[in-house]
Amino acid sequence: MTRNALPVWAEIVLLPLANIVLAFLAVGVIVVMIGVNPFEALKLLVLGALGSKESIGYTLYYATNFTFTGLAVAVAFHAGLFNIGGEGQAYIGGLGCGLAVLALDSILPGWLLIPIAIVAAALFGAAWAAVPAWHIVITTIMFNFVASALMVYLLVNVLIAPRSMTPQSRGFGVAGQLPSMPGSALNLSIVLAALCCVGVWVFLWRTPTGYALRTMGHNPDAALYAGTDLKRMTMLAMCLSGALAGFVGVNELLGVHHRIVLDFSAGYGFAGIAVALMGRNHPAGIALAALLFGALQQGGAELAFDIPGMTREMVVVIQGLIILFSGALVQLPRPWLQAVFARGR
Amino acid sequence: MEEALILVALTLAATLRMATPLILCAMGGLFSERSGIIDVGLEGKMLMAAFFAAATASLTGSAWLGVLAAIAAAETLALLHGFACITHRGNQVVSGVAINILAAGLAVVLSTAWFQQGGQTPSLGESARLMPLFWPSAGDNILVYVALLSVPLTWWIIGRTRFGLRLRAVGEMPLAVDAAGISVAGLRYRAVLLCGFFTGLAGAYLSIAQNAGFSRDMTAGQGFIALAAIIFGKWRAFPAFGACLIFGLLDAIAIRLQGMRIPGVGEVPVQLIQALPYLLTMFLLAGFIGRAVAPKAVGIPYEKEH
Repeated sequence: MTRNALPVWAEIVLLPLANIVLAFLAVGVIVVMIGVNPFEALKLLVLGALGSKESIGYTLYYATNFTFTGLAVAVAFHAGLFNIGGEGQAYIGGLGCGLAVLALDSILPGWLLIPIAIVAAALFGAAWAAVPAWHIVITTIMFNFVASALMVYLLVNVLIAPRSMTPQSRGFGVAGQLPSMPGSALNLSIVLAALCCVGVWVFLWRTPTGYALRTMGHNPDAALYAGTDLKRMTMLAMCLSGALAGFVGVNELLGVHHRIVLDFSAGYGFAGIAVALMGRNHPAGIALAALLFGALQQGGAELAFDIPGMTREMVVVIQGLIILFSGALVQLPRPWLQAVFARGR
Repeated sequence: MEEALILVALTLAATLRMATPLILCAMGGLFSERSGIIDVGLEGKMLMAAFFAAATASLTGSAWLGVLAAIAAAETLALLHGFACITHRGNQVVSGVAINILAAGLAVVLSTAWFQQGGQTPSLGESARLMPLFWPSAGDNILVYVALLSVPLTWWIIGRTRFGLRLRAVGEMPLAVDAAGISVAGLRYRAVLLCGFFTGLAGAYLSIAQNAGFSRDMTAGQGFIALAAIIFGKWRAFPAFGACLIFGLLDAIAIRLQGMRIPGVGEVPVQLIQALPYLLTMFLLAGFIGRAVAPKAVGIPYEKEH
């Protein structure tokens, strides 16, 4: 077999890079197709994402969400599971943290309430991932729709603020609001995201349980032989994954909206797949990929303002292409790289 | 009495209208899944087809060119799925998810760039749409009949032809098919293309038959409901058709009950009815209602030994 013919550094750096380059080449073709100069678009995008203090703040705020959902997908992936339900888990996680704040924001001080809300987000997100843990691919997708139906029902019929015309809850008290950067949506949740990155790394690569989880992902038979209870490990991986996705609710509701709103999680769960694939399921890679996606999200929004005929859905296209080229077509450039290395030898 | 009959007739017609895209998608998905290729990308293919159908019909004024464009769009994505999953042995679920996301983004990007109506296509006139054939109030356009015919056709192809036998074999045990000297990849590509054809029709139905144009996210999860119907029907044509009808009926009821109060119950939460197809499928998968038996080799890329 010629599969292993690439040097290690090429495997870790060159192949992922080749995948991303292919994805962006495809993006470039689409941009040209709709009649926009790709270099002009790139310039505007970079300026929009990094041009001012506020835009950098927004980039980091989006990156916070992408880190959470990227880590969520990665933890499940290391266990050999494919969690496509980050969308619903983030949504329900937000419900959990919102309910905690709505119940307690008049009694508890912020330093006590915020941690409780964060734990509630994790628990609700985990619960939403735990229920469908038996046939993950199909059921997590379906739970996204169930989550969305449930949230519409709750916000329209139960949680809606008195005399409100839009389906949203009453505003959170000051105790339930995270400090944020003036002029942008960046808030303290980014610290939580950084802690999660470190935590996931320590858990997966420095603890016996994390080792067992990864073993199950590589070879379930070996894990079983080593004494791992596969059902419990699956449950644990899904719960951790759901909890991480649930933190999107912390960033969005405690950090920005300060109330429970509809569709605050839209798109982040699916984008998490792209982030995890691009970051090769490693927290460091995920942090980098999340920053790139944050910049794309922010820059893409600016781009939509500047170029008529351009919409922010361009970012969704990019996400789709990255999932395609870094995920399903991950082996596509391998023969080309092998040919290059074979010639150099 | 007559009123009750009319109500039943209207509900049946509405059921069929709602079920048509589900049936077409489910039959397409059946071909793909029975050949061993998981397709969570039904949703994306249908959405892309819906957009190209409406865009073409709006530019040319011809509904039939719209249908052709829809099929072409869905086939392109189907080939992409095949290229990733069959030729490059990539992860089938990842590829399907990629196609869904790509389609959701691309349809809006292209329609905004070409029509500048915030992600919609211009409203279509009657001549650029597929209109009802016999009963205008029932919405029985030609694609409804095509969907109804597609069920026995699928059953016949999969269950009664040589191609179908090979298709089933390649989904259960590709090694045996390969050993018999038949190309596994060739069979699977044909299955994926058949899937593209039917999802293309489903998309065209949404944008130029049921509605008068494309709007963003107009598939609204119906591709996943079709997937649920396949699982519910245990990967067989007629049972899957039955599941589509049940889900279509739920949809029709949900629309009828919107804002209505039932004595003793109060207002029925429409969201619950909308979530029912998913919940039922979950119960099925959890083993509460019978068992779902998938083709044995579904999701596993075939690696030819050298």
